[in-house]
This record gives sequence, C-alpha cells and structure tokens, in this order.
Amino acid sequence: MTWYPFVVVVWVLAVGLYGIVTSRHLVHQILCLAVVQSSTYLLLLAVGYRTGGVAPYFSDIPPSRTVDPVVAALCLTDVVVEATVTALLLAIAIQAHKRFGTLDPDELRQFRG
Amino acid sequence: MTARQRQVVFLVAMAGLAALYLAAIGGLPGFGHYPGAYGDVVDSVGVAARKATDVVTAVNFDIRGFDTLGEEFILFAAATGVSVVLRALREEREAPAPVEEAARRRERSRNAAVRVACMCSVGPTVVVGWNIVSHGQVNPGGGFQGGVILATAVLLVYLGGQFLTFRRISPADLLDAAEGAGAAGFALIGVGALAVGSAYLANVLPLGPSRGVVDSSGTIALISFVVGVEVAASMLVIVSELLEQTLLVKP
Repeated sequence: MTWYPFVVVVWVLAVGLYGIVTSRHLVHQILCLAVVQSSTYLLLLAVGYRTGGVAPYFSDIPPSRTVDPVVAALCLTDVVVEATVTALLLAIAIQAHKRFGTLDPDELRQFRG
Repeated sequence: MTARQRQVVFLVAMAGLAALYLAAIGGLPGFGHYPGAYGDVVDSVGVAARKATDVVTAVNFDIRGFDTLGEEFILFAAATGVSVVLRALREEREAPAPVEEAARRRERSRNAAVRVACMCSVGPTVVVGWNIVSHGQVNPGGGFQGGVILATAVLLVYLGGQFLTFRRISPADLLDAAEGAGAAGFALIGVGALAVGSAYLANVLPLGPSRGVVDSSGTIALISFVVGVEVAASMLVIVSELLEQTLLVKP
C-alpha cells in the first residue's frame, strides 16, 4: 500500500486532463485545470507524509515527530497560484464571450485583431 | 482535429505518462517514510530560534521568506491582470458612477433568511479573519488564509445586501491603496533588515518574551499582517472586477 496515494495523484491528474481535452465550455475547462492542480497538492502532501507524524504546530504539544512542514508551505504557495490562475482565466473567458459570443473552445478558432 | 482524434491522441499520451509515472513512483520512498531531514531541522529551528510555534508560517515568512515575496507578487500581478483584462472595451460603456447607477436601480428583493444569515455572519467572519491573520505565527493560519476570510466578510455584505453597500465599504481607491501598501510592506520589511546591517528579509525584530504568543517571532508576525492586508485587498479587487462585469458594464 505504500504506492497507493501516488496512484490517486496520477488518477486525479488524468481525470482533469481528460476534462480539459474534451471540454466544450471554457468555464468547465478552467475548473478542470483546478482539478489538475489539486493533484499537485495531493502529491506534495503524500510525499511529505510520515507515518505517525503530527501536524507541525507546537503551540500545545511538545516537540515531536511531524509530517514535513516544507511541503506544507509549498502546498500553500500552490493554492495561491491556483487561485490567481483561475481568476485570470475566468476574466479572459468573460472577454472571449464578449468578443465571440460563445464559450465553446472549438468556436474560438477565428481570432480577430 | 475532431473531438474523436483528440481523444485518441490524449489516451495514447496519457497511457505513456501513466507508464512513466508508475515506473517513477517505484523509486520513491514509500508513503509515510519521507526521509528528508530538512523538515526536522526546520521544526527545531522554527520553534527554538524564531519562537514561532506554527512551523509552516515560519517557513513561509522567514526561512523561505524570499520565495513568499515572489508568491505575494504573483497574487498582486494577477489582481492587476484581472483589472487590465476586464477594462472597458471600445464598444461598451461602464456606468459613469457605480453609486448613482446602483441608487437608481430598484432594490432587488432578497430572501429575508439569506439577508439575516449573511448579515449575522459578517461580524464573526471579520473576527475569525483577523484572528487567523494575527495568530499565524502561533496556530495554523497566517496572512494568506486570514486575508481570504477577511475578503469573504466583505463579500457577505454583497450577498446579503446590495452592490452599492459592498462598494461603499470597499471603495476601489481604498482597495488599490491597501493592495499596494500590503505588497510594498513585505518588500520594505526586507529592506528594513538591510538598513540595520542584516541580510534581506532577515528576522531582525525582537523575538518577544516567549514562544507561542501573539507578540513573538519578530518579522514573521509583521509580514503575516501585511500579507493579510494584501491578500484581502487583492481578492476584493478580483471579485469586484468580476461583479462589475455583470452589474455595471453595458454592452
């Protein structure tokens, strides 16, 4: 079972990528990208996990064996990046809808200047 | 390329990726057996040398502080980017003054239960947000998480009330100023360390009397505060730009 969480990671990645490839709606596509990005949270936290480790917060416990705090900090960075990427892509989707009148990626082929 | 062809190409590529990935995880240390010593070092350094009992915040705002400066500017750039992308296009007009436009609009009747629930949640949400921002060095939390909660409190005013009220308590000028001050604050705290002869973003402030209290951990608490201001303002800039698209912009 030591590999099981890593298989879940690639499954989430594959599901998200499949959604992006087959999507017929830009907002749906952006949410699929968020799913792809959640696989990186899972990967980071799975890599840093240690059996029996507690969360790295010591306000009410003595120093003890913890899960890795560095990947938890990286995970926070990951969440911030995902939020910003989603916001920016949604803004672009709004403008695409204004310009082309559709949110179907296949209808966006004709880019006008 | 038809949808069918695209799916075939994807499935072939995904099968290759999955094969390589599964081969690669065979070489990883097993789940639960992370071998890195860095985390243990940070655990002891963060608590003993920085008097911060939240090691994740200590990593983010001190030990790895320079990276987090970049991370904060990603958020700053994204909020700016959303404003630029959603600027008024040539053929559309934006209502001249949001306040006047909103005042003329007949107030949409909202469900009384929604209004009461939202309004009752605003105060507690602000308290929780500030608590998370100001106790990031002690308990789970910090500027990024608390900032989002603070922005949620303002958004609750929109959900339970009117866009006009939302705009009045978060005017665009104030948001821009808070966003800029938050981002600049982080960078200037680093410069402050240079001014007293240390390295950039070094923790030069007094670490406080004991670990696990609000006034401990020196610059970690201060950076957490300015990041909280920046994140709350950036989130509100993004949200209000998106709201204005439906409420104010006329095609």
